[in-house]
Amino acid sequence: MQSTLFHRAATLLTTLMLSGVAAADWTERSDLNLRPGVTAVSQDVYNLHMIILGIVTLIGILVFALIMWSVFAHRKEKNPVPAKFHENVVLEVVWTVIPFFILIGMAIPATRVLINMEDTGDSELTVKVTGSQWRWHYEYLAYEDDNDINVGFFSDLATPPEVWQRPILSGGLFPVGSYQERVGEERVPLTRDNEDVFNYMIEVDNPLVIPAGQKVRFLITADDVIHSFWVPDFGWKKDAIPGFVNEAWTLVPEDQAGRTFRGQCAELCGRLHAFMPIEVKVKSQEDFAEWLAEQQAAAADGPDMTPFASVEEAMEMGKPIYDRSCAMCHGAQGQGQGMFPSFQQTAFMTDPDRIQDNIDILLRGRGAMPAFRAQLSPKEIAAVITYQRNAFGNETGDLIQPDDVQN
Amino acid sequence: MADHHEHHAPTGWRRWLLSTNHKDIGSLYLWFSFAMFLVGGLLAMVIRAELMYPGMQVVDPDFFNQMTTTHGLIMVFGAVMPAFVGLANWMIPLMIGAPDMALPRMNNWSFWILPFAFAILIGSVLMSAFGPGNPPAPNFGWTFYAPLSTTYGPASTDFFILSVHLMGISSIMGAINVIVTVMNMRAPGMTMMKMPLFVWTWLITAFLLIAVMPVLAGAVTMMLTDRHFGTSFFDAAGGGDPVLFQHIFWFFGHPEVYIMILPAFGVVSAIIPTFARKPLFGYASMVYATASIALLSFVVWAHHMFTVGMPLAGMLFFMYMTMLISVPTGVKVFNWVATMWRGSLTFELPMKWSIAFVILFTIGGLSGLMLSITPVDFQYHDSYFVVAHFHYVLVSGAVFSMFAAVYYWLPKWTGVMYDKFWGEVHFWSSLISVNLLFFPMHFVGLAGMPRRYADYALQFADYNWWITIGAFWFGVSQLFLLWVLIKACFLKKGEKATDEVWEGADGLEWTVPSPAPFHTFDTPPVVK
Repeated sequence: MQSTLFHRAATLLTTLMLSGVAAADWTERSDLNLRPGVTAVSQDVYNLHMIILGIVTLIGILVFALIMWSVFAHRKEKNPVPAKFHENVVLEVVWTVIPFFILIGMAIPATRVLINMEDTGDSELTVKVTGSQWRWHYEYLAYEDDNDINVGFFSDLATPPEVWQRPILSGGLFPVGSYQERVGEERVPLTRDNEDVFNYMIEVDNPLVIPAGQKVRFLITADDVIHSFWVPDFGWKKDAIPGFVNEAWTLVPEDQAGRTFRGQCAELCGRLHAFMPIEVKVKSQEDFAEWLAEQQAAAADGPDMTPFASVEEAMEMGKPIYDRSCAMCHGAQGQGQGMFPSFQQTAFMTDPDRIQDNIDILLRGRGAMPAFRAQLSPKEIAAVITYQRNAFGNETGDLIQPDDVQN
Repeated sequence: MADHHEHHAPTGWRRWLLSTNHKDIGSLYLWFSFAMFLVGGLLAMVIRAELMYPGMQVVDPDFFNQMTTTHGLIMVFGAVMPAFVGLANWMIPLMIGAPDMALPRMNNWSFWILPFAFAILIGSVLMSAFGPGNPPAPNFGWTFYAPLSTTYGPASTDFFILSVHLMGISSIMGAINVIVTVMNMRAPGMTMMKMPLFVWTWLITAFLLIAVMPVLAGAVTMMLTDRHFGTSFFDAAGGGDPVLFQHIFWFFGHPEVYIMILPAFGVVSAIIPTFARKPLFGYASMVYATASIALLSFVVWAHHMFTVGMPLAGMLFFMYMTMLISVPTGVKVFNWVATMWRGSLTFELPMKWSIAFVILFTIGGLSGLMLSITPVDFQYHDSYFVVAHFHYVLVSGAVFSMFAAVYYWLPKWTGVMYDKFWGEVHFWSSLISVNLLFFPMHFVGLAGMPRRYADYALQFADYNWWITIGAFWFGVSQLFLLWVLIKACFLKKGEKATDEVWEGADGLEWTVPSPAPFHTFDTPPVVK
């Protein structure tokens, strides 16, 4: 991070030189150019991009060369008497008509690729992708002949908030409250030689899993605002719009089984727009079938309602859930910020009469607070509330059991 | 001429607040837009400071979104558009031999609405920045897509709606004034096809403004009723359609792009012939190309929304129409090159800015052609590639043409030549930094960095550091312009300008004294 200007320049030059190298994993280095990706479609898109980039580069060089020629050869010292011409019908017709043909030459392959990209028929796996503030929800609807899979899960950013949330300043321009205490705090170094943060911002807890060598159809929609599903290696992005179901597809070749592809939300969706990445694990068809069967078995068991034996057991389960789902707004130490309330020794978190209130808000949401009933099981909700009421100096000793959490 | 009028020229604050003089109102517009340019620039500095390194280190992600939103709004509606209206106010009467704008009181009103409109918008930013716990400023991007701006919009969204309404009223009145002036007040002998190209481009721009500003007003009014009066235009839960918002917005938004660039075409079409000492090549084809661009701008709007899931036929139609726009745009670039060709070129600052405009705008135009190709746009869309594209067109395009115009006409406005040394420093410093700022954005965009991201994955870190250096450098460079302007406008220091100012200059504005007196062309000149 404290690298010198010289070091920066050297890095830039190295990446410039490496830019011709074929696709490696996304995180390995900066690219200069579009990614060719891994599917036939993404390769088509890449080829189209290269053709058009070539054409516009040639046009640019031609125009700039003419301008530069004029700047040097037609300056006043060299050409004291200007020419008088101010029109030339032939020339004007030529430079109107030639671009027209270039455009037709570009439109034909573009149309062909587009028609292919829009054809979502004959898919073997259908996954419904739902964007919400700020996580993705994947539901497996149909695989081969099975139309009743009933497997679904949420996918959250896995980079812990204390790694990315390192503010000098708070909601406004000046550090306030708990932020003041954190000014000058020791930080995790965010450099690419630090292996702990190699996939910083593009790692999730539950990746989307798809089979290699089979056509996967995505049905893309959203719960709240518009999001956009983008995995650059698949060659497209598609908006997730509340009230609409958009279709897109991909077919990852069989030799790519075992690889992970990453992407990000590409439509501004509010405060944590940059914090809802996509991670796709591609498995071989056998591994995928096995994985899917495991998921189905787990889903068939129904939610785990066994009571907690102790506050400690519930807190141990609650802390990672809090860090993943709550800390982004309410702070890693429950300190709150701006419009997001603090949990540190507030009546809301210590008054025993308000336990039911805590449960209701978590289940159904309130104002800016999203509802979690679809995302967390009763046991997880009980665990996280127990954690909140016993961490951050609250120490109420309250233990909430899964049975207390009634929809 | 008209000495008795000078006596009645008001002084002090009344001169400015109550002004009906096209030159004073033009100056107000120009200073206002420069102030907004600096404010919008400051917001951009916050954005770039946050993005210099990975990790959130300067502001909260929501405050970051407020910065991108208000940076865009202030630059589009506060800096670029009023700058061109100011230029139109100053120059159109001088270019067509008219004594003033046709509707001088409306002219006063259309300017004085603007400070209120922006006080409301900037007020919401100040409240958010200086009062933690206050509702955030508009934070949904300058495109304010529903439902992020309706159901999920902060309380300040209503300030934003009122502010946009005021800006729209101001723009429409300004546009009406330009049309009425150009249609009715040309000097005898100044036929339409003898008008300077700057007048032509502004006339066409004014029609675009009248056509699309009401559409924007409609969009924000529908937002208002969705937010407060129980309608569901854009709310799927009530039977509405979030995509409808985007169609309406971009039906305004795409012509808006040309509203910001057509006057720039007019400016460089005035400057290049002067310093090439040769008439503009293909005057008639320039006029037709401008009109074609304006007409096509109404049938390409959905190329901003290829990823919303349109029918295939819709995508193909908008792709072909968009590609078509490059034909008249190309004609313009070729005409400028042909104007320079075998001319007798000198490179005073206005010419330097104009040549930089032609080259850098062409880069933006060519990346625009790439963006028109729908299947590839699926990759480019909403990435930094798009950010690079529209900043090349708007900063090194529209803004550079404004700089060219200021250096070109400043001696006519103030009577003194600009400070050549600091002017050169401003030019070279801006030229280098603007490319350091925007060129690497192509790379991070192609590599996969989405726009409007408060934080990013580590593979984007190197270029973002360079981009931020370029941004700070470009920001500081604009202070040189501030000094050049203060020196010429207030200190009145500098070489005395002749009436003609430039050796190769042609046009009625160069026949009046420098500085241009308070009233000009009380008796219309005769154009042969």
